[in-house]
Amino acid sequence: MIKEQLKNKKIAITGSTGFLGTALTERLLRSVPECQLILLVRPTRRLSAQQRVEKEILKNDCFDKLRKELGSKFDEITKSRITAIAGDVSVDGLGLDQKDAKILASCDIFIHSAASVSFDSPLDSAVNVNLLGPVRVAETLKSLSQEHKKPLPHLIAVSTAYVGAGHHGLSPEVLVTESKHMCLPDWREEVAAAKRMRSDTDTLSRSVENLAKFAKMAREDLGAPGTSLLAERAEKHRQDFIEDTLVELGRKRAQALGWPDAYAYTKSLGEAALCESKGDLRVSFIRPSIVESSLESPHAGWIRGFRMAEPVIISYARNMLKQFPGVPEGVIDVIPVDLVTSAIITVAAVGPEKNDKPAVYQVSSSVRNPFRYGTLVNLCEDYFTKNPLYDNKGQPIAVPTWTFPGRGKVQAQLSQTVNILEFAEKILTKVPLRGEMAEFSADIEEKRSLAERALSYVELYGSYSETEARFPMDNSVKLYESLPDEDKKEFCFDPLTIDWPYYVTHVHLPSVVKHARAKTTPGKSVSLSREERARKIILNPEPKLAVFDLEQTIINSNVVESYAWLATRHLGTGPKTRLAMGLFAEGMELLKIDRRDRSDFLRYFYRRYEGAPAAQVKKDAWELFSDLFITRSYPKAIARIREHKKLGHKTVLITGALDFIVEPLRPLFDEIVAVSLGEENGKFNGEILTTPPIGEARAIIMEEMAAKLSLDKDHIVAYADSTSDLPMLEAAGIPVAVNPEPKLAAMARKRGWPIERWPRVPGGPKYLLAVSRRQLGASTILPTLDIKAE
Amino acid sequence: MSPRPGFVLDVDKSTPPILFWRGEELSLEKLPTGSRVIYPPEALPAIKNPREAIAHALDNPIGDSKPLSELLFAGMKLTIAFDDISLPLPPMQSPDNRQLVIEEVLSRAAAAGVDDVVLIAALALHRRMTDAELRHALGDRVFDSFAPYGLLLQHDAEDPENIVKLGETDHGETVDMNKRAAESDLLVYVNINLVPMDGGHKSVATGLASYESIKFHHNVKTMRHSKSFMDMHNSELHTSNWRMGRFIRENGPKIFQIETTLNTNTFPSQFRFLERREWEWNLADRISYHTTALSMSKSTIDMKRNILHSIKSPHAMTSVQAGEVEAVHELTLKNVFKQQLVTVEGQTDIVTMGLPYIGPYNVNSIMNPILVACLSLGYFFNMYKNRPVVRKDGVAIIFHTTDWAFHPVHHPSYIDFFEQVLSETNNPLEIEKNYEESFARDPWYIHLYRTSHAYHGVHPFYMWYWASHAMEHLSQVIIVGGNPKAVHRLGFKSASTFNDAMEMAEDRVGRDPTITHLHMPPLLMAEVI
Repeated sequence: MIKEQLKNKKIAITGSTGFLGTALTERLLRSVPECQLILLVRPTRRLSAQQRVEKEILKNDCFDKLRKELGSKFDEITKSRITAIAGDVSVDGLGLDQKDAKILASCDIFIHSAASVSFDSPLDSAVNVNLLGPVRVAETLKSLSQEHKKPLPHLIAVSTAYVGAGHHGLSPEVLVTESKHMCLPDWREEVAAAKRMRSDTDTLSRSVENLAKFAKMAREDLGAPGTSLLAERAEKHRQDFIEDTLVELGRKRAQALGWPDAYAYTKSLGEAALCESKGDLRVSFIRPSIVESSLESPHAGWIRGFRMAEPVIISYARNMLKQFPGVPEGVIDVIPVDLVTSAIITVAAVGPEKNDKPAVYQVSSSVRNPFRYGTLVNLCEDYFTKNPLYDNKGQPIAVPTWTFPGRGKVQAQLSQTVNILEFAEKILTKVPLRGEMAEFSADIEEKRSLAERALSYVELYGSYSETEARFPMDNSVKLYESLPDEDKKEFCFDPLTIDWPYYVTHVHLPSVVKHARAKTTPGKSVSLSREERARKIILNPEPKLAVFDLEQTIINSNVVESYAWLATRHLGTGPKTRLAMGLFAEGMELLKIDRRDRSDFLRYFYRRYEGAPAAQVKKDAWELFSDLFITRSYPKAIARIREHKKLGHKTVLITGALDFIVEPLRPLFDEIVAVSLGEENGKFNGEILTTPPIGEARAIIMEEMAAKLSLDKDHIVAYADSTSDLPMLEAAGIPVAVNPEPKLAAMARKRGWPIERWPRVPGGPKYLLAVSRRQLGASTILPTLDIKAE
Repeated sequence: MSPRPGFVLDVDKSTPPILFWRGEELSLEKLPTGSRVIYPPEALPAIKNPREAIAHALDNPIGDSKPLSELLFAGMKLTIAFDDISLPLPPMQSPDNRQLVIEEVLSRAAAAGVDDVVLIAALALHRRMTDAELRHALGDRVFDSFAPYGLLLQHDAEDPENIVKLGETDHGETVDMNKRAAESDLLVYVNINLVPMDGGHKSVATGLASYESIKFHHNVKTMRHSKSFMDMHNSELHTSNWRMGRFIRENGPKIFQIETTLNTNTFPSQFRFLERREWEWNLADRISYHTTALSMSKSTIDMKRNILHSIKSPHAMTSVQAGEVEAVHELTLKNVFKQQLVTVEGQTDIVTMGLPYIGPYNVNSIMNPILVACLSLGYFFNMYKNRPVVRKDGVAIIFHTTDWAFHPVHHPSYIDFFEQVLSETNNPLEIEKNYEESFARDPWYIHLYRTSHAYHGVHPFYMWYWASHAMEHLSQVIIVGGNPKAVHRLGFKSASTFNDAMEMAEDRVGRDPTITHLHMPPLLMAEVI
């Protein structure tokens, strides 16, 4: 009897916050009532090991059943049976302190299920966790046993059936070191190489060319939001470059040695390394295949996290994967998680009697109860045809029919799509677009990222749907057959019990859909989107600081137009046209400077005001207010500012425009931060008196104001139109993108920022470049008629 | 040949299609046999020498008033107030009546050695005029002698420094007035009396007053008791204004009122067909109709507005009278009615009207949906004496494009009124009760009224009140060819064709209703007997 065999045993588990680990913890607590658990959990920056156990493990719906069974005693019982210790398998000695080490030393069974399960981990981190992890566990257990004079525990290492993925045909339950069909390099050399790769790649990322490339990419992403954000983004590109390179290196190294990816490769070497360093430890290997939602325990369809097949299935249901590679008559090896936990518990209970050669138990379905890939796809198609997902407009989504082309073909098609979209996107972000066109460009970006995701699925998982390897489970079946009937029933891990069509249609797919929080009913969604929730907060009566940018946020105009209007105010038609044409001709040059650095642009441009009579220009600014500002304003922007004001919020305008030009807007704002020009003898001298409030400066000004009002970030609403305002938007708890340019539109969508589309007033006058329409007969008052760039 | 009087045509089989304005467009509509079309009288002959006539009027005042020259003396404070951009419609070709009159007044003031003279545009709560508009109304000479020196002002009803309260009428109505005007030794008011509502005591009592005064007569109750406000003896609006005017006569500055009337020569000769009766159109009229209608339908809305608003009307002065307000106005009204009055026998079930591109509040601007409601149900509907052209619970069918369009500078509070108020209710009383105050006192609207060129925040409310008598009287309002969403927001029905509109009206007025079309502009005043 398993329950008897494990009675009063102390079982240590790593990876208990993971999918398999959580299931195992729950299973042991519920089905083996008299064992003790030691959970080795890595503390995070915010949570201790004990807190992680409480929050991330016990709160999971996996424990619903147990919670119900135990009722009010749940907390007490779990507390008495679980000891959380802080540890980390990626650190030598597992990072244990004295106290925890002593606790661990007392364990009878050690189940090592911590792993880096991602198929696209960077090479070195996969090596560190999957390869070195088991070695560290073995070394630690040995030294603890010596130190504390305790017997060595039984180590159960959870590996993967796919260590034998390179086989065509049967991949038997033998140790990797004994496999005849495996090219197994020396694991120590692989570890050293992986470490070297990290530092080599880091060096490479710091080359002159690469650093320039990252800076350029940052600029392409963000435009000109100021130095610090650009630097941050460039550094992120460098980090990404290192990670991406190491992922690629991992995959290539694995494939060169016959494994599909770094996961299987590092797991294999991990087995080999453990065999070598186990010493007197009794070791068993459990090799599950692709672990999916549970068949029965704790309840049918329980799953944790969004794993391998789920994103593919959901993408398929959303009609985002038009094709997927695979061999329809091939076998896909899936195993429900509760079968795996049963196997582990059985192995833990039965255990190897003596320190023999490690036993290997595969928990897999491909030989015992094969499930055809084509059948799976058909079942999915049927399921989603009957139970379609709905798009955000409430329309049902039709699923595609897969025709199973080769992986190469699918990959080539998707790569081509990605390239085309990338090209279109590049072009579109170069053109100054607004409104619908900008959002169209954001659409393209979204499509591109979907295509990229599809491509990554194909690259990552394609080999699993095409694999020719089969995983027999003779050892496991033998073990299973040896169990008394009661245990057979309670701890079943025989895949023969799975009715695949039932499992897929009634257990797995409903669970996946539920977990993906996909829309399964027609009509508008009832729950509020992130954007809608943000909208609700914007105009609630809580005290707030509402900060507005001017150009394209409140008015559809810019400093060049203000200048043109003022300069032509007292001009005849001829010179008026000449000035307008001159500004047009200069347009591209100005745009370039503006994109490079907004501050430079303002300084350069405002020099034109040199010599202009200050009093007259300031007076004219009041007419400009009607003729340019109000005419080109977005009434909804003004209405929004007024709403904020009505609610008692502090309203602020932060702009690079000149102070006398925005002066007429004063009644709308509690405070206006603008640029002042120097004056000498009643004339402007063309010099800017203070640093223009641009880029980071805006964020700083905004934060200072909020601090003065004792408002935290969550009470700041910032409205702006372009990525040059990114520092300000990011510093605000509620950033709002108003008529965003393409880059900001894409960003806002991703981050769930509210997007406002505020049109010009319908029917309002339109013109290309603002020139004053009235003349009073005098000559120009802005003497810088020659507007060619110096 | 003397001009023909107004005329009511009974449509028969041989009647050609009738011209309808549709905002910036035109169309010809076949009216059912038996319908009536009311045509205004033809334009009266103009005064041959207006300057002479003006001089004569100034020297021979009517009522209890001395000639102007005798009221002027050196060292005095003289203020000349004049009607704003809302008059006349369309703006008249130079020289404007105001220019002619003011030049004459100024020459007398100069002769008398008056050197403290200020001109004030009597805006009431209307938008400030632009320099170009002022220059057009006053002429270069007057503009250039006053504007650069800060002596050409525009009345600012929200300037607490420059409004004085003269007191209250015996009905408790506040009488506020422009301070400069109130403190003058003489206030000369120069008016253009386009419709019978204009002029009289309303010139000063409304034109130079503040919201605190104006609200006593610009409200739903008053407007519903003004039947019509174009007929001062049956108009509560005028009764209140007259009380205020008489109060000013007792307690305010001396007023010398100069009123002028215009003939209905409304459009330049290339658009002569607009003033002709359709069966009298010759080939040239037909061609010019078709080219105009076609080019309008093919132009963008901006182009249409630019073209139409550049039209300067060849209106000519038909009379000028000066002196004491009430005596002057009585004569003025006689002259207005002489030009506009048409006798109509009996009411009709359905009244149809084609709205032109221009009304008093969208000169050089955009006729937004609220102004559409005001022009049709406020102005056109009220162009009656005795009783409305359309019977109680009748139907109005209005032709206009009713675009969802607003002038951002001129009508900012209209935008919000349309979005925030009409989206909630169309009921004038509810609107007045729940929203007027907040719009009227809104600092941003006040700021725009004072510094930009915006109508006062309360102005869209007045437009709605203007229409309230008609809304109460009619059982249905249908707009043909309008933007359905905008029409719906107004609370009216939208039809795409005249026939559809007739179908829709059927359940209110039966299968065989009587139909009367107001053939305006040129303007007419129906005396319904």
